[in-house]
Amino acid sequence: MLAVKATLVRDLTLLLRRRGEVLNPLVFFALVITLFPIAISPDPELLAVIAPGLLWVAALLAALLSLDSLFRSDYDDGSLEQLLLAPQPLAALSLAKVAVHWLLTGLPLALMAPLLGIMLALPAGSYAVLALSLALGTASLSLIGAIGAALTVGLARGGVLLSLLVLPLYIPVLIFGAGAVQAAIFGEGVLAHLAILGALLAASLMLAPWAIAASLRISING
Amino acid sequence: MWAFIHKLGSPKWFYGISAKLQPWFWAAAGLLIITGSLWGLAFAPADYQQGNSFRIIYVHVPAAFLAQSIFIAMAVSGLVFMVWKIKVADMAAAVMAPLGAAMTFVALFSGAVWGVPTWGTWWMWDARLTSMLILLFLYLGVIALRGAFTSRDSASRAASVLAMVGVINIPIIKYSVDWWYTLHQPASFTLTSRPAMPTEMWLPLVIMVLGFYSFFIALTLMRTRSEILRREANKHWVQELVTGQAVKAPAEEAR
Repeated sequence: MLAVKATLVRDLTLLLRRRGEVLNPLVFFALVITLFPIAISPDPELLAVIAPGLLWVAALLAALLSLDSLFRSDYDDGSLEQLLLAPQPLAALSLAKVAVHWLLTGLPLALMAPLLGIMLALPAGSYAVLALSLALGTASLSLIGAIGAALTVGLARGGVLLSLLVLPLYIPVLIFGAGAVQAAIFGEGVLAHLAILGALLAASLMLAPWAIAASLRISING
Repeated sequence: MWAFIHKLGSPKWFYGISAKLQPWFWAAAGLLIITGSLWGLAFAPADYQQGNSFRIIYVHVPAAFLAQSIFIAMAVSGLVFMVWKIKVADMAAAVMAPLGAAMTFVALFSGAVWGVPTWGTWWMWDARLTSMLILLFLYLGVIALRGAFTSRDSASRAASVLAMVGVINIPIIKYSVDWWYTLHQPASFTLTSRPAMPTEMWLPLVIMVLGFYSFFIALTLMRTRSEILRREANKHWVQELVTGQAVKAPAEEAR
C-alpha cells in the first residue's frame, strides 16, 4: 500500500512539474471542437444535434493522445524496470500510474467539456450528465488504453499502432457515454447509461491492471 | 494426459501428425463446399421475399461464423502459449490472424453486396455489419502488433495478450453495438428474425458452414507446418527433412 502511495505521489509530482504535458490534451480537445463548426456549419441548431457525439469523440481522442506518454518517460529513464523489480505487485503499481493519468487528463477533460458544450450550443440540462459521463468514461478509457500503451512502450514508433489497438476497444464506452448525454437532452432517464458506464469501469478496474502488468513485462523483457 | 500435451507441444511431432490429418480435412472441405454450394445455389428454393439474392447467405453466414470462431481460437492458442509456453500454439495463432481478417472481410463484403438488393444501398450502419467492422479492426491490430516487434518472443506474447483482451471485449462490443442500433434505428427489416427457414434452405447452409470450418482447419494445419519449418529452420530434424540426409551435430563435425 505504501508503495502504491509512493508511486501515486511520485507520478503526480512529476506530471505537475511538466505542466505542458497536462495542458496539451486539453488544448487539443478545445482545438478539435473548434474545427467542427468551421468544417460543418456555425448553425446552433445543427451543432446542438451533433454536440454530444462531437464532445465525446474529441475527448476520447484527447485521452488517446495522452496515452503514449503514460509509460514512455519511465521506460526511457529505466524507472519502469525498477517498478518491475519491486516486491510489490506490478498490477497495483500500474493501477496507481493509471489513476494519476486519469486525474490529470480524464478529470480535467470532463470538467472542461461543459464549457465547450456551451460553445456548441449543447441544450441545457445535459451539462452535468456530460461531465459525469466523461469522468466515469475516461477512467475506463485510461485503464483500457494503458494496456495498449504498455504493449507499445518498447516500440520506437508506437503512436499510430497504439490508436489502432485501443480505439476498437473504446467503442462500448463511447456508445454509452454519448448515449447518456443524448438521453439527457431528450429528457430520458440517464441512470441506465451511467450505471453501464460504471459497470464497464468496474470490469476494467478488475481486469485491466493484470493485462497492463503482463504487457509491461513483455515490453521490458523484449 | 500431460504426456499427450507435451507431445503436442513438440513442433516435430505436430509436423508429423498434421501431415496425416491434413488430407482428410482438405477432402472434407472440398466435398462439403462443393456439395453445399451446388445445393444452395442451384437447388434450394428461392426466398419468397428476397428471391434469389438470399443465396449470398451461403457464403456470408459461414464466413461470419468463421470470423468470430477464429478470433476465439486465436485467443485460446494465445492463452495456451502464455500458460504452457507451447510454441506450436503461437505458430497456429500467428497463421490464424490473417485468415480470420480475410474471413471478416469476406463477411463484410458479402454483407455489403447483399445490402444492395435488400436495403438498396451498399452500406448501412446495421448492428451486425458494424460489429463485424470492429472485429476487422481488432484483427488488424493483432496483426500489426505482431509485426511491430523485432524480437519474435515479445511479438508472440504481445499478440497473445492483445488477442485475450480482444476476446473479453468482443461480447461487450457486440452487445453495446446491438443496443446502440436498436436505440437509433428501430429495426425495420432484419436478416435473422424472419420466418423459420425450410429444411431445404438451411441444410445446405449447415453443409457450407461445416465445409468452411474444415477448410479453416486444413489451411491452418498447412500454414502452421510451413511456419514450423520457417521457425525451426536451424534444427537438425528440419535440415534432415529438407536435405534428405543425416545432418551431423556441430560437435561431430568439428572432430
